[in-house]
Amino acid sequence: MYNFSALTQSIHQYLSEAMSPLGAKITEMAIIGLVLIAFVALSVMGLVYIERKVAAFFQLRVGPNRVGKWGLLQTLADFLKLLMKEHIMARNADKFLFNLAPFLIVTAAFLAIGAVPFGLGLQAFDINIGVFYISAVSSIGVLGILIGGWAGNNKYSLIGALRSGAQVISYEISAILSLLTIVVLAGDLQLSAIIESQRDGWWVFKGHIPVLISFVIFLIAGTAETNRGPFDMAEAESELTAGFHTEYSGIKFAMFFLAEYVNLFIIAAVGATVFLGGWMPLHIGHWQAFNHIMDYIPSIVWFFLKTGGIIGIIMWFKWTFPRLRIDQLLVLEWKYLLPINLVNLLVVAFITLMGWHF
Amino acid sequence: MERIVFYILALAIVLFSVLTVTSRNILRAAIYLLFVLMATAGLYFLLNYNFLAAVQLTVYSGGVVVLIVFAVLLTVKIDHKLPPVGNLKAIVSMVLVAMGVGTVVWAVAGFNFTPTAQPATGYDVKAIGTSLLSYGNYGYVLPFEVISVLLLAAMVGAIMIAKRYKND
Repeated sequence: MYNFSALTQSIHQYLSEAMSPLGAKITEMAIIGLVLIAFVALSVMGLVYIERKVAAFFQLRVGPNRVGKWGLLQTLADFLKLLMKEHIMARNADKFLFNLAPFLIVTAAFLAIGAVPFGLGLQAFDINIGVFYISAVSSIGVLGILIGGWAGNNKYSLIGALRSGAQVISYEISAILSLLTIVVLAGDLQLSAIIESQRDGWWVFKGHIPVLISFVIFLIAGTAETNRGPFDMAEAESELTAGFHTEYSGIKFAMFFLAEYVNLFIIAAVGATVFLGGWMPLHIGHWQAFNHIMDYIPSIVWFFLKTGGIIGIIMWFKWTFPRLRIDQLLVLEWKYLLPINLVNLLVVAFITLMGWHF
Repeated sequence: MERIVFYILALAIVLFSVLTVTSRNILRAAIYLLFVLMATAGLYFLLNYNFLAAVQLTVYSGGVVVLIVFAVLLTVKIDHKLPPVGNLKAIVSMVLVAMGVGTVVWAVAGFNFTPTAQPATGYDVKAIGTSLLSYGNYGYVLPFEVISVLLLAAMVGAIMIAKRYKND
């Protein structure tokens, strides 16, 4: 299996020979930043195209099909259109906070994506508290929604922001608790250690039914945390025009749009890493020959297959279920998911203590 | 490199702290407070104490500031400005601040910092968890339980206030 750290090490060696240690460090940071920005821009364009196609197939339409082959260039055209649009500022808006909100959301998304392990040795920031770090930095994102909804001085966006605040704060608990079940099983918070603990099988198979339950809860909570349907109360276009970003136009709207899809990707990537082994190929216990064959598929392919699968499930949710009401949403979280999750965590702790998992 | 990052963070903390108390728009004050707290988390990251940094981000940036912003969203209109502070109040606050700064500077200047050549000791999340629930020497189980009871009381209180009575 190809280890990407060989590539990164050779780049590091080349840069260290060419310039001073400080210069090499700064250049490396710049390279990582550029790579991540390019990756995010491309993957968001791809995700928007896929989502529009998925929605179209669910509704028995064709979807984008005019710009380029199968409409592949449609999102690029939309992006260029958004870049050239006028920036509109409402008269009594708070200009500073209005301009700050999109940056807060995008910053939180980029802080989180830095810690995502894309493949064997391909992780920008392997921090020793990986899972906790990602949930901590992504909790800042909700502030962008709250401020953006308030600063536009629009009643629709204020209602959207309030709904979204209640929703994200509530579902964060479920997301973190469901991730904690795997942290208990793996005995570590570091993402690379969690992946390593799945060398003889993914946790979703090794951990019996409790892990399956927490995986389902994670998918529900992740969908709610990214404000996607059927939990898209924050924008609910049929009642709130566009929710918290009603007043935004042009590139600032595009940043909210970008952050939504980056967050979708991050949730899927974290779910794939923690529950489905990240870049770890499908290994079954001690079947040496089978494991060896699976190792021939590159790690980065495994990661994107799993992440893509989870993204597909979340998109499937969105275009299948009708939107909930905000009170139904909060009842679902506080009266059903949270108690189930707490009992589940207790069961997993007991299983780990007795060593009953595989 | 570390020194440059430290000065940037320190500058941000000082600047935004001052802005937090001088801003007359309450939501802007909350956002400046957010920047102060995030820069403090940055200091913890710089010290390589990642766990405390993540706690700072979750509890303060993601919890306390979100709650403040939430309360402001529910209660304050966008064109509302806090009234300017009166002269007497300003003078009294300045004297108090000067006294506080004086105390801190006196304490820090009087402390004999001894630089050490030893490498920083690592920490372990498992060790933190164990000492949090340990009842031996330097164990934190009593404060932990007391705080849990306090939080429970606060929650019960909040529910009682928010509860609707039938004869109202």
